[in-house]
Formats: sequence, structure tokens, C-alpha cells
Amino acid sequence: MIEVRLFATLRQGREKVVMLESQGFSTARDIIEHLDIPAGEVSILLINGFHKTPDTEVKDGDIVALFPPVGGG
Amino acid sequence: MAGAYYEKIARINLSTGEIKVEPLDLELAHKFIGGRGLGTKILYDEGVATVDPLSPENKLIYITGPMTGAAAPSTGRYMVVTKSPLTGMIACSNSGGIWGAKLKHAGWDAIIVEGQAPEWTYISIEDDKIQLLDAREYLGMMSEEMDTKLKEKHGPTASVLNIGPAGEKQVLLAAIMNDKDRAAGRSGVGAVMGSKRLKAIVVKSSRIKLDNIADEEALKAATKRAMDVLMANPVTSSGLKQLGTAILVNIINNVGSLPTKNWQESYYEQAEDISGEALAEKYLVRPGACYRCPIACGRIINVNGHVTGGPEYEPLWAYGANCGNNDLNVIDECNMLCNEYGLDAISTPCTIAAAMELYQRGAIKEEDCAGVPLEWGSTKALVEWTKRMGNPETELDWLMSSGSARLCEHYGMPELSMSVKKQEMPAYDARGIQGIGITYATSNRGGCHVRGYMISPEVLGLPQQLDRTVTDDKAVWAKTFQDLTAVIDSMGHCLFTSFAMGAPEYTDLLNAATGTNWTVEQVLEIGDRIYNIERMFNKAAGMKPEDDRLPKRLLNDPIVNGPSKGMVSQLPLTLPQYYEARGWVNAFPTDETLKKLGLDECIGK
Ligand code: SF4
Repeated sequence: MIEVRLFATLRQGREKVVMLESQGFSTARDIIEHLDIPAGEVSILLINGFHKTPDTEVKDGDIVALFPPVGGG
Repeated sequence: MAGAYYEKIARINLSTGEIKVEPLDLELAHKFIGGRGLGTKILYDEGVATVDPLSPENKLIYITGPMTGAAAPSTGRYMVVTKSPLTGMIACSNSGGIWGAKLKHAGWDAIIVEGQAPEWTYISIEDDKIQLLDAREYLGMMSEEMDTKLKEKHGPTASVLNIGPAGEKQVLLAAIMNDKDRAAGRSGVGAVMGSKRLKAIVVKSSRIKLDNIADEEALKAATKRAMDVLMANPVTSSGLKQLGTAILVNIINNVGSLPTKNWQESYYEQAEDISGEALAEKYLVRPGACYRCPIACGRIINVNGHVTGGPEYEPLWAYGANCGNNDLNVIDECNMLCNEYGLDAISTPCTIAAAMELYQRGAIKEEDCAGVPLEWGSTKALVEWTKRMGNPETELDWLMSSGSARLCEHYGMPELSMSVKKQEMPAYDARGIQGIGITYATSNRGGCHVRGYMISPEVLGLPQQLDRTVTDDKAVWAKTFQDLTAVIDSMGHCLFTSFAMGAPEYTDLLNAATGTNWTVEQVLEIGDRIYNIERMFNKAAGMKPEDDRLPKRLLNDPIVNGPSKGMVSQLPLTLPQYYEARGWVNAFPTDETLKKLGLDECIGK
């Protein structure tokens, strides 16, 4: 399974956490598309806590965290 | 009276009651911009670095920048500049709301308060008229109530700045509050105000805007460009309004850099419970904004029926993960207590976290705790100890209200204080995010994130994404961020505008308002100059090279859990790189650097 965590506005109309079978997803982009998130809305993509690009491959056991643009201090 | 300065400073001696009006040295103002830069320069020149911070010899400067109160984005900021009783070095605390804009509209660039009043006093400013009034009836009053009372007395257009019980008692973690829920929070500036027996400053102005802009048309154009940039950026146009700074709880936790239980861990399983998302869902009434701010990051929330300013990211973390507490309602309550007593909402909970670790290790005993043991996650302890620190009575109350460095030193475990220069570090673990450690270690006011917010590039990808785990180029990035921040703080804009705006926008605004003709490079050089004059103040105050440090835990103990497990701070590698970028040797500027920056008066000091 792949655990997908959604934050801030990306939660609107979606769950906070989505568990996906790893088969059928080769990159993070596939997951974003599967969840119907417009590409431009994801500003920060973490895989297992590290910043990655949407082309990064995903595998069973990964935690994918998606954030819209955020700031604060 | 041109170029966004009113060229007027009020010098108020509370010992004698004398009020002098002095001209602003315009050349000096241009060289240091105003606010943080000019305030520090004045303090340095007047020899304040060597005085006892809580003695009548210390000076307390409330200072605006040229943009404060101007018709440009987020210009409600003023600075409190003084010698800190917490760090013994420069204190420079920034606050928003509307008080600073009113002070400027009343025609004052700065107020310098000296001496010590024979009886508790407050200052009333109505345009040119400054009066010293009796404050005795307000003693012991909470900050918000006093704000209400003074508004009743001086009228609804008055804006109030005051200290609560903590400042009165000269608690080293005391803040200065204004407009009820805005705080010049850090470095114990409230204690300095208390030491002068100054309870409040009320400001009224008949002007409602600046009428001394050098080039109104140019300012309009520069403001339009700045607004376009702010509105085109999703963070400043809608992100901060929707979720406030609290949005960071989840992201910082997800990169494994949310310090937990006094930095013993760096990933908090219950972070979701104390997140910006949870705050918005459960308690948010509406966003709040300071003067002329389109960003509106403030949180107006409902705490047990009381509608008030809500917690920022920092107190959410500090009263939450850092104390092992996931009860959001209690964080809201504690944040409100900090505002009421007038306490720093970062250092206060961080000191409680240090005390909880001392308790965990058996240094503080149950019998020392007067019925409220300092157990991790105890909501009763968080509420009760905040109250005790805001109005200390027992020996342990006093020790805790003096901050974690003095507390941990007292128990013979100084390494448990997660502070730099005796001021508590904020909510980002510098082991998991390499560049922010440089900011912490070299910040002139001690542990602090807003002196060079490396989280922007290292985590948020603004203006570009850097790898948080490596040290490459981070020293130069940190220096540049520090210099630009010094400019923004000195101009009187809110730092949050910089999530979208860059040096070119600030340069345009400054030139339009003040009639200068700086290039972007020259403006950044002013920032560099400001950073160096602060450093020279610290040197005169007795700072040592070893004060540019991080707690041993960050250097020696790898992160134990979460995604950043195994990481330590590489500061020993980056610090020399940083000094090189600054033109410093052993933590201080060389004569050559001082000369290059036009700080000849500091050479040989
Ligand atoms: S961004 Fe937030 S803190 Fe800054 S001026 Fe606006 S409301 Fe105030």
C-alpha cells in the first residue's frame, strides 16, 4: 500500500489520508492524477519526508504527502 | 518633513519627567533606513551596550520605519529596540496591529524612553502633545482589560500598547502587547518597560495617512506592482488567510523537523490534532489583519466563548508537540494567557518544555511543583505554570520565568536549554533543515527564525527549492536572507510580504517614499550594515565568539525518529563559510568589512 496524505486546501472534497494499492501507480504524478488534483495545485510533494518531483517513482510502503503553496513563520 | 520621515524624535526621561523633541538626522536615517536599523544605531551611539538592561540607564526605543503607516502593503509594523535583559545583547522586537501606524501618523519617527518613573506612569501621545499620566490604578491588570479601559478613557480611535503583570514584575520573558493581541514578544522587552515603571503608551493621531511621501505617484505605482506580486502568489493572496501560519505544523512534522518533548524527538504522531487545519475547523471565527495588510494571517478564534487572537504556528508547536500535548483547546487558552499576562508565547512554553525534561530526569522533584507536577502533556501544568510565570511568587516560578537557560543552569544541566544566546529557539529542528541552524546560531538577538527565514527555500520552495539536508551554499543564502530581512524590518513592512515580494519591490517602495535612489545592491548593503551594527552592539555588550552556537543536542545527538532520523546539524562546517561570506573573523567584522560598510566609527572597537 501507498499512504497518501493530503493537506490544507487539497483536503476539500477529499479524504485527509488515502490508502492506495501500489500496483497501477508508477510515479507520484499518477497518484496526483488519480486523486483528480489539478497539477498546478500541488506545490510541495514529499515522499517519505523528502522533497521530490512528480516524476519520482513510488513503491509499496511509501508515504506521499501533498501540499498546496504554503507559507508561515 | 519630507520623504516619509517626520524628522522628529521624542526623548522622554521618566526620572525627571522631561520631554524633549529632537530632530531626526536624515542622513543617518537614509544610511540605516529606520526601524530596526536606525534604532540599533542610536542605541549603539548612545553607549547603551554596556549598561545593566533593567537599570534606568537602559533606553527603550519605539521606532517606526519610513513605510510605517504608508499607503503600501502591510505597513503597520514598528520595532522595540533596547538592550535585552534575557540575552544581555541587542533586543529588537517587531509588532503589527495599528499602534505603529498611529505613532507615525501622529508625526513621530521614534520615541526614546529613558530613566525610571518615580511612580507607575503611562504616556499619552496625541499628535504633538505628549503627557505623562498616572498609571497606578492599572497595576496588576491584565493586558486586554487595560487596553479596553484606556480606550474608554481616551476614546475609540486611541491605540494602546501596554505590559501585563509579567512586565510589571520584570519577568525576563515579558512581552510588550499592543492592540490586544499583537506582541513585540521576544527578548524580554516587556521587562525593560516594567523596569522603567512605564505601564502603557496610548496614541491618537488626527492624520489618517502619511502626508510627507517624496513621490506620491511613484509610490502608487510601486504599491500597485507590489500588490500585483502579492495577489499573484497563492501564499500571500489566499494561503495565509485561510489557514494562518499554523499551516506549518503538518508540513514541518512531515519533514521530520517538528521538535517534540524539548527536542528529544523530531516527529510528533499527534501533530494533526494541533494543526492549522484543525484550528480552522474547530475554532476559527475569521482571519485577522494588521494595518493595511492584504495577507491577513491573523487568527480570530473562539476560546471557551471568548473571541480573541488565536495562536500562531510557534505557540501551537511550543505548547503542543514540544510539551507533548495534543489538546488544541488548551493551547488556545495558554496562548491567550500569554497575551493577558504579557509573556513571550515562544520562550514561555519552551521553558515549560525544558522544565518538563528536567522533571523527567529527576532534577525538578514533584514536591518542588506546588501541586502541579511538570509531566509531559499535562494540560493542567501548561495552564498553571503559564500563570505562575506571568506572575511569579515562589523560587521555581521565578526561575522558570527567567527562561530555560537560567533554569537549566540552576539544575546543573545547561545542555537541556534549547536556546541560543539564552533565547529559546523556535519550531524548526536545525538537524533536519541545515540552513536554519546558521540563522539560529548567528542571529544577533539569539534563538530566532525571523532573522533569516531559511524555511522558505529549504522547505516551502520559496523563491526556489533547496535540499534541506545539505549544507551547500546555505551560508550565503542565510546571509542574504538576513540582510534582506534587516531591510524589511527597518522599512516597517511585515516580513510575510517577502513570501512573494523580493528586493526589487522593496527598493522601489523605499525610493518612492523617501526620495532616495538606491539600487537593489545598495539596499542589500544597508541590510548588511544593519546586521553588522547589531553585531558591534553585541560585541560592546560582551558577546563572545562561542555565543554563536547551537545546543549540543543538535550537533551531537542524531534525530531519533521520523523521516529525518539520524541527522545532526553540520554547523561546524557552515559557520566558517558564513563568517567568510560576512567578512568576519571569529564572529566579528574585520576593520576592512566595517570600512566597506561605512561603519568607520566602529573600527577598533
Ligand atoms: S501578514 Fe499577518 S502579521 Fe503580517 S501584517 Fe499581515 S496580518 Fe499582520
